[in-house]
Amino acid sequence: MIEQPNLNYVDELAGDDVQFRGQFIEVIKNEFPLEKKEYIDHVINARFKETAEIVHKLKHKFNILGMGNSYKLAVAYEIELLEGKQTNEAEFKNVLERIEAYIKTI
Amino acid sequence: MNCIIIDDEASARIIVKQLCLKTPNLEVVEEFDNAISAIKFLNHQKIDVIFLDIHMPNFSGMDFIQTLKDPPKIVMTTSDTNFGIAAYEYECIVDYLVKPISPERFKKCITKISSIIPQSSININELKPDSTEGEDLFINIDRRLIKLKFNEILVIEAKGDYIIIKGEKKEYKVHTTLKKIMAKLPEKLFLQIHRSYIINFTKIIDIEDNSVLIAKNVIPISRSNRPELMRRLNLL
Repeated sequence: MIEQPNLNYVDELAGDDVQFRGQFIEVIKNEFPLEKKEYIDHVINARFKETAEIVHKLKHKFNILGMGNSYKLAVAYEIELLEGKQTNEAEFKNVLERIEAYIKTI
Repeated sequence: MNCIIIDDEASARIIVKQLCLKTPNLEVVEEFDNAISAIKFLNHQKIDVIFLDIHMPNFSGMDFIQTLKDPPKIVMTTSDTNFGIAAYEYECIVDYLVKPISPERFKKCITKISSIIPQSSININELKPDSTEGEDLFINIDRRLIKLKFNEILVIEAKGDYIIIKGEKKEYKVHTTLKKIMAKLPEKLFLQIHRSYIINFTKIIDIEDNSVLIAKNVIPISRSNRPELMRRLNLL
């Protein structure tokens, strides 16, 4: 089953704090598209080290959005990028697109 | 306690900030998206704790630590689960939190920090007067007034510019003198028996030669204070 992003962790942190929830959503809506764009630019230009750096950043968001399996994928992908490989690229991009679609709904 | 947050990702900072806001007695003074700005800030501001991201572009968390001459306590925040060993190479690193940080884990971290730095972070200004009923005393710790009941205080010890108030459950380090606190204490309960000690007279378990036993504390009695102590004892 394909893993879907969610706000369970953020909701746990927020409790009744609606303001925090709103702030977090605003931050992720701003931050994620920029990081995704940066990632794609690096991939297109075959900049492996820089790609690994941005994958490192993005994987943190996978965890926040409750995507534990995608996080593991990102960890493996980051390592292989540093070795000059990118076999997990398609799967990783698929996760990014799922998140992108999700954050448009929140 | 006060703290700053250093993380290049806004989404990570907002989470740590929220965890801090939910923690009593922990104030977030500032947050930074890069370590260089934090270094400038620390040049003129004293901070108890830094929540520091390891993986930042250009200047990493580890680079940052190496620039600090007198680092405060540092809690590393990281996405890497295998970072633990590296963290403890630095004495100032007291904990590391793997993102996403759970509220339970954060709470444990704060408990750990509190056990390490309560003494050094307690900035006592002045002792406040007794309550109207005269059964307790308020001390100002980190801008928080903490009530101490007179009958829960066992011993007060002078230590340099500070005094240690030893209670039945906790100890507090207060920046003041024995003379100042003595003026706030009820005479019927407290007695100075040594230049460095005030005792709660009602808590004495026994007296042997030149010392008094209170709970597990053996307190010396000075020759000059001994007559007053003996006078107040209800001797058979």
